[in-house]
Amino acid sequence: MGRKEENIRKAKELRYIPEKIRNIGVVAHIDHGKTTFSDNLLAGAGMISEELAGEQLVLDYDEQEQARGITINAAAASMVHEYEGEEYLINLIDTPGHVDFGGDVTRAMRAVDGAIVVVCAVEGVMPQTETVLRQALRERVKPVLLINKVDRLINELKLDAEQMQERFIKIITEVNKLIKKMAPDEFKDKWLVKPEEGTVAFGSSLHNWAISVPYMKKTGITFKDIYEYCKNDDQKTLAKKAPIHEVSLNMVIEHLPNPKEAQRYRIPNIWRGDINSPLGKAMIECDPKGPLALMVTKIIIDPHAGEITFGRVFSGTLREGQEVHILGMPKPYRIQQVAVMVGGDRIQVEDIPAGNIAAISGLRDAYAGATVTSIPDTDPFESIKHISEPVVTVRVEAKRPADLPKLVKVLRDVSKADPSIQVEINQETGEYLMSGMGELHLEVTEYRIKNEHKLDIITSEPTVIYRETVKRKSPTFEGKSPNKHNYIYVEVEPLEEEVVKALLEGEIPENVKKYKKEAAKKLEELGMSREEAKGVFGIKGTNLITDVTKGIQHMNEVRELLKQAFEEVCNAGPKAAEPLQGVKVRVVDAKLHEDAIHRGPAQMIPAMRNAIYGAMTLADPILLEPMQKVFISVPHELMGNVTREITQRRGMILDIKNEGDMSIINAKAPVAEMFGFASAIRSATGGRVLWSTENMGFEPLPDFLQDEVTRKIRERKGMKPEPYPADHYAG
Amino acid sequence: MLAFVGIGLHDERDITLKGLEMARKCDRVYMELYTSVMDMDMKKLEEMIGKKVEILSREEVEEGGKIIEEAKEMDVCLLVPGDPMMATTHVELRLRAMEEGIETSLIHGISIITASAGLLGLQIYKFGRVVSIARPYENYFPLSPYDRIKENVKAGLHTLLLLDIGEKPMTANEGMEILLEMERRKGEGIISADTLIAVVARASSNDAMIRAGYIKDLMKEDFGSPPHCIVIPGDMHFMEAQSLVKIAGAPENILKKFRRDN
Ligand SMILES: Nc1nc2c(ncn2[C@@H]2O[C@H](COP(=O)(O)OP(=O)(O)O)[C@@H](O)[C@H]2O)c(=O)[nH]1
Repeated sequence: MGRKEENIRKAKELRYIPEKIRNIGVVAHIDHGKTTFSDNLLAGAGMISEELAGEQLVLDYDEQEQARGITINAAAASMVHEYEGEEYLINLIDTPGHVDFGGDVTRAMRAVDGAIVVVCAVEGVMPQTETVLRQALRERVKPVLLINKVDRLINELKLDAEQMQERFIKIITEVNKLIKKMAPDEFKDKWLVKPEEGTVAFGSSLHNWAISVPYMKKTGITFKDIYEYCKNDDQKTLAKKAPIHEVSLNMVIEHLPNPKEAQRYRIPNIWRGDINSPLGKAMIECDPKGPLALMVTKIIIDPHAGEITFGRVFSGTLREGQEVHILGMPKPYRIQQVAVMVGGDRIQVEDIPAGNIAAISGLRDAYAGATVTSIPDTDPFESIKHISEPVVTVRVEAKRPADLPKLVKVLRDVSKADPSIQVEINQETGEYLMSGMGELHLEVTEYRIKNEHKLDIITSEPTVIYRETVKRKSPTFEGKSPNKHNYIYVEVEPLEEEVVKALLEGEIPENVKKYKKEAAKKLEELGMSREEAKGVFGIKGTNLITDVTKGIQHMNEVRELLKQAFEEVCNAGPKAAEPLQGVKVRVVDAKLHEDAIHRGPAQMIPAMRNAIYGAMTLADPILLEPMQKVFISVPHELMGNVTREITQRRGMILDIKNEGDMSIINAKAPVAEMFGFASAIRSATGGRVLWSTENMGFEPLPDFLQDEVTRKIRERKGMKPEPYPADHYAG
Repeated sequence: MLAFVGIGLHDERDITLKGLEMARKCDRVYMELYTSVMDMDMKKLEEMIGKKVEILSREEVEEGGKIIEEAKEMDVCLLVPGDPMMATTHVELRLRAMEEGIETSLIHGISIITASAGLLGLQIYKFGRVVSIARPYENYFPLSPYDRIKENVKAGLHTLLLLDIGEKPMTANEGMEILLEMERRKGEGIISADTLIAVVARASSNDAMIRAGYIKDLMKEDFGSPPHCIVIPGDMHFMEAQSLVKIAGAPENILKKFRRDN
């Protein structure tokens, strides 16, 4: 039996012992070495040959990723590692390294309990390090730190042993600052990373070695030795003495929680059902005999096997042939096959107990975030928060009109496999619109459609997705139902900033109807008045609607209709039919018809829609545009070219740092101006540049552009060029 | 001038003579049909009136601009199912017209409000508030009708239930389902499968159907095509009980409950 087969056999056995399982992810800023490191782990575990590690890139699932050198899909792999005479099963989820694909990182975090945060020793903590760390901590995923590319400190930057240690301390301090800032209260101190405790490792993924304080103590290797091996170009010996997979997996087993431990504190955070119910208890205990509960974290479309659904089993045991429910879908489904992942292979097994990551075939209609259970009508898992929302859209057409049906299917598959891609049909024009996290994200998706789905498409120039908000409080606006028997009185105003922030961070239960008390309490803490907080009956994105009326007959019956109208308006505001952001809608009064038929949906929805539109029109509505942080590292002498390129794009330089002979520029710029930046910056610097971007939310579009952009969007959408005045909505 | 003319319940021949004369006299004749289900022969109606009858959509009537503008210049007639200001009220349109200085008039029609009581032999004095049963939507399942029914039942009054027309007219069977669903949600013991009700189908037509019985039995019956309405009788005078039995086929045992010496 080969080593790989042997491992597969052991992995199959270990899946039944939660104490022996670790579900982990590796997260990093782009290019800090996550892929190289992950392959080292698999190689060490005998899943790929050690010589090939760093070349074979098993976790770089897509061919295209290899071509582009960035990881796009989070695939999963299991491996077996021996620590202090016991064998452990490590389920590793790979995560994308480019925040253009941020949605995927968050989803992968739901499946794991611990994360190895890889930070490049040369670049140090970068903004995406902060982003991925935040996503991990929000999901209560415990971090450990790997400082990577240590060889470069010695061989390229020529630091001496002391400077090297200073550099380490600086990185560790920065990481801990972030953990202190972002970890849930109970873990703020417990989860700080400390070299002396063994929660920090130092190493080189490229040269396959790493070291930690406990490992130094065990083996007698010192920082000085490392320094010498690197200096003397003998990292091979070092890799034999301190293999990176050994050191880092020891760290994982010792310091990252097993599923049983982790689910105790993670479940209340990701599931709002009753913890004392049979399902609640089973999840807290990670009980394989309890009811089945699995959360789907990823779907891939395999060219041979079709749709494969990945998910974390939180309780019960998933079995081949089992009947399960996808919450929200009417009928039950039958599981065809279940498998564990080993490298690129799916190893079919008959069952997968709680605490593991499963690959499932035959779960049509599953989607990332779906809750799969053996009992229908239970509470769903909290939807996975992502801070990043799509900001760029292209129109998509099939090159040959006959391919239209195929286009519909392919677009659906694509957005299923990557839920941060949103697909929509413009009802008026019949055009297909595809939205994503950035220009690159859409380019990559287009490439996939053409190469993997073999469909020739034409895409338009990208356009930006704006937001609409209001600058001040509106007067009370009266909306009338078409039959004139119902009047609804509404005021809008900017939503409190603290509340907007909490909504973005997903701190308020989405289902305000069900968790009314909880939501009201939280909103009051955030500075809303008690009256408003108690009246909240709808939340959509960063917008909220509250009912502050008292004792109006039949209000209870129409409230859901008002909410439905509110949600429609949140998707398309009055100015340019763009989504709303940070708007508070107050229902202050209503006059409703006695008879239920005269205040049904056909009456109340238009009345409410007009009321909100009218009020917004009187509250200084403005457009917000998406912004990007831009980080650029470039030789000093080329800095001028780079800053010019940024300022030409309405960008702002925030900060410039010098590192050796490189300048590190930290800037922000509107997404709308950043199209084509990749080639512009390449030619401005002769290619001697490293850069990355990150979406940073929305800011007001400058005044001088408001009218022009509004008109452009409206024309593109086939609307009349000017927004309507308020009396248009008075009916 | 704007005249509201009731056209009654079933077909073109339910209009009163006064109504017909008014329509003939007007320069423009409109009709709305969205508040009722009628078996209207448009050709015959136009022959009777002697001019074209234009059917208006709900939006056109509710928005009302066109009717009002024309009524400023000429005599306009709006034909309305039933009695014009009853089940669906057009009073808002009338008031608006008056504000514009337009003369208005009203010609009655026969209405389900009286026809149902009449057909069943129930006394109009003993009816409580009329209640509509709206077709439930995903976000709209009004329970206030239940409270109204409860008030009537507690006071011993009869309840006339008008059933939603909407896109697809509700049948009495659907109405009964909704009543039971309301009871499930409210649980106050007002309606059950053993509640005595009466159903009136296609009042004023040649094949009008009148049935009384317990919900559990009537649920299984087919009342033919809509419009249907339901009556929940309250405390009955013995004469009322007798007519439910004799006219509407209610089970005889109800007579014991509502005896002459009771
Ligand atoms: N010198 C050195 N280079 C490394 C090390 N780890 C990764 N690299 C290189 O850094 C680049 C980015 O690594 P990769 O693993 O693709 O980064 P990812 O984007 O985080 O997945 C590649 O060219 C690697 O060969 C290391 O420890 N030392």
